[in-house]
Amino acid sequence: MDAATSAANRDFPKLYRRAGSLSRERAWALRAAYASLGFAAVIFLAPPVYMLITSLKTNAEMADQSLSPWFVREPTLEHYAAILGNPLFLGFFRNSIIVTLIVVAITMAVSVPAAFALSRMRFWGSTTLATGVFLTYLVPDTLLFIPLYQIVGSLGLLNSIWGLVLVYPTLTVPFCTWIMIGYFASIPKELDEAALIDGASWLQMLLRIFVPVALPGIIAATIFAFTVSWAAFVYPTAFITKPEAMPLTIGVVSQLVRGDTFAWGQIMAGALLAALPPVVVYVFLLDYYIAGLTAGATKG
Amino acid sequence: MAPDGVSGTIARGEADVTVPRRRTGSLARLARRRSTIAFLLALPLILIIAGLVAWPATWAIYLSTLNRRMTASVGLDNYLFLIESETFRMVVWQSCFFAITAVLLKALIGFWLAHMLHTIPARGQRKWRGMLLIPWVIPPALSTLGWWWMFDPSYSSINWILNVFGFPSIPWLGTPWWARIAVVTVNVWYGAPFFMIMYLAALKSVPEQLYEAAAIDGATGLQKLLYVTLPMMRNIIAITVLFSLIVTFANYDIVRVLTNGGPRDTTHLFATYAFQVGILSGHLPRGAAVSLFMLPILAVAAFFILRGVSRRAREMM
Repeated sequence: MDAATSAANRDFPKLYRRAGSLSRERAWALRAAYASLGFAAVIFLAPPVYMLITSLKTNAEMADQSLSPWFVREPTLEHYAAILGNPLFLGFFRNSIIVTLIVVAITMAVSVPAAFALSRMRFWGSTTLATGVFLTYLVPDTLLFIPLYQIVGSLGLLNSIWGLVLVYPTLTVPFCTWIMIGYFASIPKELDEAALIDGASWLQMLLRIFVPVALPGIIAATIFAFTVSWAAFVYPTAFITKPEAMPLTIGVVSQLVRGDTFAWGQIMAGALLAALPPVVVYVFLLDYYIAGLTAGATKG
Repeated sequence: MAPDGVSGTIARGEADVTVPRRRTGSLARLARRRSTIAFLLALPLILIIAGLVAWPATWAIYLSTLNRRMTASVGLDNYLFLIESETFRMVVWQSCFFAITAVLLKALIGFWLAHMLHTIPARGQRKWRGMLLIPWVIPPALSTLGWWWMFDPSYSSINWILNVFGFPSIPWLGTPWWARIAVVTVNVWYGAPFFMIMYLAALKSVPEQLYEAAAIDGATGLQKLLYVTLPMMRNIIAITVLFSLIVTFANYDIVRVLTNGGPRDTTHLFATYAFQVGILSGHLPRGAAVSLFMLPILAVAAFFILRGVSRRAREMM
């Protein structure tokens, strides 16, 4: 084989050198790619990994500055036991679950029918409304929290999880409607014509045809609504000052971090437990998650 | 309608009169019913947008012209006060610095990583993509707690690594410039994966033939990037950058957890400063004025995003 190669090299030197350099180029590109990805992975994963390491350390080990902070010598679950035995923390968890479940239900109940109406049934002002939905999605919560503070206050819902249930849909509904419009618009018109000929009503058409066909989109939208309401921070920070009514994000940040000596092990254990539900959803529904993430710009 | 000729002729007189009328009547009713149903289906959405977004936004503008106790109008005094305040000017400057630096870095890192992901064989992409998206998945308020602990003045694990390599410790959150860098770093860490995913999706949508054609014409890797990839992705890049500009400009949680605006108000953004003035100090109208200063920038960005999205929709059709 070597003889053949050298013979070929002699006969067509330029061509073979070129081909060889191309594959060498490809190998270098691959090596550079893996090196960059590996480096990025180390940086990207360092904070959560460090949180995990901290949550497993004893307080004595954490305070000993002669040891490397990046290793844990005597792993312990005492911080997890302490945080899970803390009724305040369990209350945060319960509040987060209640608020998130109700908000996800409201979001899907509002955005799926609205997206169906906007993508299939034209009515007066429907195109303006579709644009309005997208613009609403671009209005950040930090622009609205002061007037909403007053509105929620005048309804007497400050320091109550129902105030959060009221305002969270502004975070979730516009985007979910927007990506559902995209999904519904990609369903061929022949399907609804067939359904109409068979005598289906609009509601039957939505429930029997559009919902099943657009199920991946609905799952993506549900995941989005779930992660957004779970991670919401501005509204609970503004509206809730009583620990009993706090959801996890603000609860962990404001209630576990107090006083001069921080219980870092407990804070990290609490933060990791609080971050667990979205991460679990993400791990199991990775493809839907990414579909929802990219849908906003690639489908619209 | 008529099963055969005979009954057809007999029934024609009646049918001619009734059928068209009944058809237009039922058609009109159907159309009316259809738009009514559509409107009813969209009604909750309209109520949410009108009641919880449009109305508060309008209310904020009115609110910002009131005095502290919200009893009398003071015109534009809140705005004038802010423009003359040294702290607020610092907030404007810091918000612009924060948003522009962070978005640029996120876009560059995201583009680079998307390219690297696109280079490796498709089999391995899923695993890497899943791993690199983790920062985006953790609620930022919680992951920033981890960063805060990593920046801790006496126990910083980042400083520990620096010391191992012989560098001096850095007072991460103690001095204005290091605090600004720390805040930008955390935001880039959180947001770069989003750019990566968007650009990867866009890279995959570039037809392979274009690269083959370019290769036949003898294009180098750089030329392929400049004359094939970038023009094909221009729209997505614009949409993502502008969208991220809005979100980063209006960011709240990272600064709130990491520095709470300190040291000496040098890391406040519009959102955290509005919170400080409006909720913590109890001057709601002035807080509303602070956050309304974001509006012009957001409006310009939103206009261009909308244009980009509709243009892309036309291209896809």
